[in-house]
Amino acid sequence: MSQASIKDIEIDIVIGALHSDLTSFMNEWRPVFSRFHLIIVKDPNLKEELQIPEGFNLDIFTKSDIDQVVGTSAALHFSGYSCRYFGYLISRKKYVISIDDDCIPARDNKGVLVDAVAQHISNLTTPATPFFFNTLYDPYRKGADFVRGYPFSLRSGVTCALSCGLWLNLADHDAPTQALKPMLRNSRYVDAVMTVPARALMPVSGINIGFDREVVGPALFPGLRLAGEGKVRWETVEDIWCGMCVKVVCDHLGLGVKSGLPYVWRKEGGDPIESLRKEWEGVKLMEEVVPFFQSVRLPRSAVTAEECVVEMAATVKERLGPLDPVFARAAEAMVEWVKLWKILGAGSSSTRVQET
Amino acid sequence: MAQPSAKPTPLLKDELDIVIPTIRNLDFLEMWRPFFEPYHLIIVQDGDPSKIIKVPDGFDYELYNRNDINRILGPKASCISFKDSACRCFGYMVSKKKYIFTIDDDCFVAKDPSGKEINALEQHITNLLSPSTPFFFNTLYDPYRDGADFVRGYPFSLREGVPTAVSHGLWLNIPDYDAPTQLVKPLERNTRYVDAVLTIPKGTLFPMCGMNLAFDRELIGPAMYFGLMGDGQPIGRYDDMWAGWCMKVICDHLGWGVKTGLPYIWHSKASNPFVNLKKEYKGIYWQEELIPFFQSAILPKECTTVQKCYLELSKQVKAKLGKVDPYFLKLADAMVTWIEAWDELNPSGGDSTKLPNSTTK
Repeated sequence: MSQASIKDIEIDIVIGALHSDLTSFMNEWRPVFSRFHLIIVKDPNLKEELQIPEGFNLDIFTKSDIDQVVGTSAALHFSGYSCRYFGYLISRKKYVISIDDDCIPARDNKGVLVDAVAQHISNLTTPATPFFFNTLYDPYRKGADFVRGYPFSLRSGVTCALSCGLWLNLADHDAPTQALKPMLRNSRYVDAVMTVPARALMPVSGINIGFDREVVGPALFPGLRLAGEGKVRWETVEDIWCGMCVKVVCDHLGLGVKSGLPYVWRKEGGDPIESLRKEWEGVKLMEEVVPFFQSVRLPRSAVTAEECVVEMAATVKERLGPLDPVFARAAEAMVEWVKLWKILGAGSSSTRVQET
Repeated sequence: MAQPSAKPTPLLKDELDIVIPTIRNLDFLEMWRPFFEPYHLIIVQDGDPSKIIKVPDGFDYELYNRNDINRILGPKASCISFKDSACRCFGYMVSKKKYIFTIDDDCFVAKDPSGKEINALEQHITNLLSPSTPFFFNTLYDPYRDGADFVRGYPFSLREGVPTAVSHGLWLNIPDYDAPTQLVKPLERNTRYVDAVLTIPKGTLFPMCGMNLAFDRELIGPAMYFGLMGDGQPIGRYDDMWAGWCMKVICDHLGWGVKTGLPYIWHSKASNPFVNLKKEYKGIYWQEELIPFFQSAILPKECTTVQKCYLELSKQVKAKLGKVDPYFLKLADAMVTWIEAWDELNPSGGDSTKLPNSTTK
């Protein structure tokens, strides 16, 4: 019902272009994307010209645009997979959907093409239920409901701020896993969306996400940058880092995060053994990062996403900074990002959220 | 790293009991015969003890009616419900096996989307024998399943998982709705087969349904008391809910996991929603107090066994829920009686699994 009332004009699709030839990508997504406005951000490190087919309503941003708008920032880097955050910054829409440029639409168990955008929007416009787990998963889906024993006072749910989709074929595994199981492909289409419970942390993959920019925009940023960060997903943790920030922010503000549908089909690529040769920096860092996020507590005075990020940046600097300079840099990036957001993020994101 | 299971699932036929509460008949067992016949059944006959419940030929079983329960437990029999399927927990208490699978007598074999019949028991065993991951949510669900693994960003130090205490299965056809939902949606059927098993994160509560449930009795058995329901009690249809909330608080405290999802069974019978409403009515109100109680329940670190945890919970129930309704004072006492009875019937395994230097994250 709510999906009909969300106009297409409230949605931006942000694509970080890490490959110059986007022809087949855009053509595969044409049935899904053509209704919407697209923001394509070209990875500043990409030398070749972008090739994009006709027939889309889009704006393209390149290195010179980024430099002009952001200036030269020591802390913030919009390169590699992080180029998309520039798109999040300058978007003026309520909802942003972002998909990696090596993914194409998946097909469900009946062979029907999955409209990932429609599913993300459905997730974002129906409530989330983080305070109690519903064993039949999303109670707002057709054919489902709350089960016996689910408290009635919790059945109206809360706003869903983030929708994390999944991947068929090449799932989002790290390099060690991929190297050890080179034949591992995800062929299991799990027909469920569920709310990730409050206080439960998870790895948020940036490959296929949607979010309510008005409410959590400031919490999705290029913060944690690995020294050996590269051009394959398993050489980055930038999305994992800000994903945990977003979850902590959502838990604090009483917002929900959903995981599950939609699936996208992720194409083959990269050599995990090659990636293994680089330092397992990301893997080692996670061991510090997870206990930290599990114990972070934000003050009651932080009632917007910006305020939460600023508080978190201070805590990151104080508690993680001494462990590794990469964290001190992340804290700086978070502070810079919020400053930028306040100037450029259209201010609509300082929506006060009712405390539950 | 999660290892794909190359070996077939062990039968565990000498390590698992199937507990079935019944007041009618056990005809449903015919459909389950190919899957259940190797196992020992514990039938708990509710209602009129003079009625003869016929068990289909070929099954190895023990059957207890109310007279048996009274004889075996004496005055402690007061903690076992009458005229409610909550009486099934008597079966858990008298079992001598490591694992329990419990199923309702209106639950049948379901089919997966390919049309293949689902061996629910085998899936439960798989769930119980593989670790849980309550400390961090894996977005690809159970990482130990064939074809799955942990996703990028999942800390390696958490990839070994923890022991699984409970496996909570689901239902196709008649879903487990409460009375108000049944009244509003009498025709709704669950037709969605969700091909996932997942661990319910630490600190998160859920409504545990007893229709299709398996657990490690040696680990968590004493916490699976299904409360005071039915005849003479102000409430019904909250037995499994109560057990589930107590169980989850204790599992979270002791660092064990609870899984939900597969397997599906086919639930055939929709109970009368008006009858259900009368039974659930008080529960619907009390739930609003119960949930905050369980969400904020803290067990001291001295509680290192399930029994100690459970007795501590009973004290908190008495102290904090007594004011909601005197029923909870009775229930708190019954919780203590249950533990006393459990320990009497299970003397050597009395301290179910002490934890050696456990560090709960």
